[in-house]
Amino acid sequence: MQLDEFFVTGEPLIYGGMVSIALVTIAILFILTYFKKWGWLWREWLTTVDHKKIGVMYILSALAMLFRGGVDAMMMRVQLAFPNMNFLNAQHYDEIFTTHGTVMIIFMAMPFLIGLMNIIVPLQIGARDFAFPYLNALSFWSFLFGAMLFNISFVIGGSPDAGWTSYTPLAGAAMSPGPGQNFYLMGLQLSGIGTLATGINLMVTILKMRAPKMKMFQMPIFTWSTLITSFIIVFAFPILTVALALMTLDRIFGAQFFTLTGEGMPMMWANLFWMWGHPEVYIVILPAFGIFSEVICTFARKQLFGYKAMVWAIILIAGLSFLVWVHHFFTMGAGAFVNSVFSISTMLIAVPTGVKIFNWLGTLYKSKIKNTVAMMWALAFIPSFVIGGVTGVMLGMASADYQFHNTYFLVAHFHYVLIAGTVFACFSGLVFWYPKMFGHKLNERIGKWSFWFFVIGFHVCFFPQYFVGLDGMPRRVFTIIPEWMPLNIISTIGAFGMGAGFAIFVFCILYSYRYSEREKSGDSWGDGRTLEWATPTPVPFYNFATLPEIDSQDAYVKLKEEGRTTFEEDKLEPIHMPNNTGQPIIMMGFLFFASFGLVFEWMWMAIAFLIAGLIMMVVRSFDYDEGYHVEVDEIKRIERSARGL
Amino acid sequence: MSSHELKTGPLEYRRQEDQMTILGFWIFLGAEIVLFATLFATYAVLFGRTADSTPPMELFEPGIVLIMTFLLLTSSFTCGLAIHEMRRGNAKALRNWMIITLILGATFLGFEIYEFIHYAHEGATMQSSAYWSAFFTLAGTHGLHVTLGIGWVILLLIQLAKRGLTPKTSRKFFVIGLYWHFLDVVWIFIFTSVYLIGMVV
Amino acid sequence: MKSMKQLMKKGLALAPLSLVLLLSGCELAVLDPKGPVAQTQYDLIMYSIIFMLFIVVVVFGAFAFMVIRYRENRPGRKESDYDPHMHGNNLIEIVWTVIPFVIVIALSIPTVDSLFELEKPPEAAAGEEQKEPLVIYATTADWKWFFSYPEENIETVNYLHIPTDRPIEFKLSSADAMTALWIPRLGGQKYNMAGMENTLYLQADEEGVYDGRNSNFNGEGFTKQTFEVYAESEEDYNSWVEETQSSAPELSQEEYDELLKPGLTVEAEYSSTHLEFVDHGTNEGRDYAIERHYDLYGDLMHLYSDQDAEDFMDEENDDDHESSVE
Repeated sequence: MQLDEFFVTGEPLIYGGMVSIALVTIAILFILTYFKKWGWLWREWLTTVDHKKIGVMYILSALAMLFRGGVDAMMMRVQLAFPNMNFLNAQHYDEIFTTHGTVMIIFMAMPFLIGLMNIIVPLQIGARDFAFPYLNALSFWSFLFGAMLFNISFVIGGSPDAGWTSYTPLAGAAMSPGPGQNFYLMGLQLSGIGTLATGINLMVTILKMRAPKMKMFQMPIFTWSTLITSFIIVFAFPILTVALALMTLDRIFGAQFFTLTGEGMPMMWANLFWMWGHPEVYIVILPAFGIFSEVICTFARKQLFGYKAMVWAIILIAGLSFLVWVHHFFTMGAGAFVNSVFSISTMLIAVPTGVKIFNWLGTLYKSKIKNTVAMMWALAFIPSFVIGGVTGVMLGMASADYQFHNTYFLVAHFHYVLIAGTVFACFSGLVFWYPKMFGHKLNERIGKWSFWFFVIGFHVCFFPQYFVGLDGMPRRVFTIIPEWMPLNIISTIGAFGMGAGFAIFVFCILYSYRYSEREKSGDSWGDGRTLEWATPTPVPFYNFATLPEIDSQDAYVKLKEEGRTTFEEDKLEPIHMPNNTGQPIIMMGFLFFASFGLVFEWMWMAIAFLIAGLIMMVVRSFDYDEGYHVEVDEIKRIERSARGL
Repeated sequence: MSSHELKTGPLEYRRQEDQMTILGFWIFLGAEIVLFATLFATYAVLFGRTADSTPPMELFEPGIVLIMTFLLLTSSFTCGLAIHEMRRGNAKALRNWMIITLILGATFLGFEIYEFIHYAHEGATMQSSAYWSAFFTLAGTHGLHVTLGIGWVILLLIQLAKRGLTPKTSRKFFVIGLYWHFLDVVWIFIFTSVYLIGMVV
Repeated sequence: MKSMKQLMKKGLALAPLSLVLLLSGCELAVLDPKGPVAQTQYDLIMYSIIFMLFIVVVVFGAFAFMVIRYRENRPGRKESDYDPHMHGNNLIEIVWTVIPFVIVIALSIPTVDSLFELEKPPEAAAGEEQKEPLVIYATTADWKWFFSYPEENIETVNYLHIPTDRPIEFKLSSADAMTALWIPRLGGQKYNMAGMENTLYLQADEEGVYDGRNSNFNGEGFTKQTFEVYAESEEDYNSWVEETQSSAPELSQEEYDELLKPGLTVEAEYSSTHLEFVDHGTNEGRDYAIERHYDLYGDLMHLYSDQDAEDFMDEENDDDHESSVE
């Protein structure tokens, strides 16, 4: 292979990208070396098994990915603003919408939410860490290396260009030769390992590690949504694992699963992909629902309306999510009967979702709404998501879907649910829990600016797309006809509004780091309802000095009423904690190189690093490290200084 | 992260972290069921799509597959005996039964490899047609699981020799027991829905 | 100040509604049906939009009420406006579960009904005789359309002539990647796949030229894979058929294989069909194109938005596009 085949050449934009990547990397290396931070980085972060630190790393990576996916989006919007734009050519545009979709779903939405789950769920249920802290670190590194593998395709080897759905036969070896599509397969496979492991980890954590006497129906709603999401992960991700593996066998080893030759069946990919893909969209929306519930209750200063109905609605949605995958391809010709069944099951999802919307409104009834940035994101979600929801029902009506399918109507719909649902929730949750994570709040004034820019930009960007879709504009076209121009220009302006909102948000983070007042109390907002606010800020590495007995939902409200805390000196016992370990990052690093070898079909490299990865697993098997104990005196010292006693 | 240890009950269930590991492994097996179910579904969809290659009816022979089934079923039984001995605190019997399980598993694997090579000689490979891709992937994934299981048992036997029966080593053996039985169940499905049906249809 | 912002936001959220009303009058392709299939879908869409607007109005209204009335610093808040221990209300929860359920039923019935209806050729208007559907094989290959009229024994590339007031029975298939035939003003789309044949019924009631396209992404030339549909009276259509039969050349297999190569091509017509050599919709025809041009699919056209088929026509005899036909 020639060097110019290895590196992507010929595109000025990509050269620009390469230069900036190189500069940023050099800058980071320089700073780490100059300030002698290598040891600190290794000890405090790269080898950590602390769920809070891992969560922070997830969120930072997800923000970086949001930036990358956002830049992709802006480039697409520029290209589509006017007819006959030559900003991107067809091939480059295809690569960009492929990476935009994949990055946003797999490497932004999921890790962001998993990051929040990482930090918050153990704190909400009164646990001192995940059930399997080592596995948690492994999950993170698998995600990060998977994301890196996917992202380097931009400068090395070429990006995938068959859409984030990668339908066969287009994505097969015949029609998409070269490493691009392999990056997609291996990047997703590598990060999928981590997602599955996180699902198992969270399930065990929530089922087994709740504070004494906390019943299932006393768990905070975000924890509930996390538990259900974990179920979906465990039962949906293996399907993706298999689908990706089969396509890998097709592309690299000449199998005939999805090929046109050898009687392969290209349609099967669409089925497998969406049997995972539809549950996947609920994996990113259910935790969002959980976050909104927490934020709304806190700032409405009121108990959640219809808690049990909310929980059952989540469970029902999760169940239905496995029964609707065919609605992604009503137009495949499965016949009227099949389409009818899947039409109805799809529309049925609207019922529990509607129940949730009304319950949130019920929560606001007779409440005392405090207008914080986190609350504004949560409130903006309700009307925005309803627009996405009702158009979703329209798409679910199969015979009408024949006209909506593959158009900007669909694009507008899923951005309305994924941005108004997931992205708003990420912002809301991040702002809400930020003081718990970093010990200071985000500036509210700047936060509101970023909110308005983003939310207004969002509506301006995506609302016109419903209409341009009805005017016959298909998704994934790289240039428009003059009739579609007015709406597309509006849309592009909106996209830049969102970009500005994100930039202001990043500025807000930097500004607040410098100027915000440091938190003194654990209950930053003064209205905390769940156990995470019972911990002091910054949260001690063991989370809870003593575990309170729980006898109601909104556990912390009760604790405050009774004057109890999570530091009862007479009940202190030594706390058992796991040791840090460098194994996860090394193991996943080896698997990264093995995957890289497979992408370029360098078998020697793949096999060598796969063996190295296996050796790391052997090392783990022989690892009888039982962790250490934090002594009572040390706990006392830490808690007293944290609580200002 | 409680380090409290119960004084009674099976060793592998005495510490909370071991209980959690076992629960986690059960959930993992749930995910494995989905994985194999997907492979079975793929196989069913691609059944009969042999294109120009030899159809399975001409290749599948009852004899060798029956022997393989017998071997794996027996290994599942001996694995159960091993865990039974572990519960009785008999480390030596645990070791011996586990070694027998290993040998049976390895023989099974040997037959499977022989079988695959035989099919390849007859012109049926992963690349021949959609049907054969599905067949080799399904059976191969099972075989790969057995291979990993064998490697894993060897590691555990070394640990057993070094550390004896502790809550942790017991838990590890218990978990691999679950894994081994699971593979047996999967094989029964492969035997019936792949080989038996493939011989008839 | 804060409430101003909230009002602004409400206004912004309501703006969409007025837009819906405004734009539904305009000529958005999907909302401008020119045949019975598109009309059925249009009716269904409009029917559903009424329900959706109802839902949106109810939720937005309730939302605005809550947010305005129960904000912390509203002047004139009363003690009774705050009840932190309210945990639910079974009756109202049942009500707002049942209503969406009823709406789903109300939407399901016409959906299912129309789904079965669209599987059959559109029925003639009352008092008119039901005409036999005209069969057209619509085949795609990267990135062009072949329309074969087996009964008339003619074939066109990248354009389509149809008579009005007669059902068209499209037999959809693809020589390579999955695509979809979509003529928004005549009705919804369906996929073209290799080794499979899908049937799609459409019909034009009004004469005119309509835009049609592949609506399912299939690679670099996707955006340019469009065609025009000339819907004309029975007589005009018949004379076009006769003229094509007499003046157009026959399609040889070599020429067809050449056309199958990935790339863009201009409009053309032939007085025979490719169905004589291959029907890509059958299991035998599924790998016809890929067997012949396997190595060409990876080549890039470096297509820019202002280019179209003409810009690529002289590359036709390029060396690196050597045909691999035996």
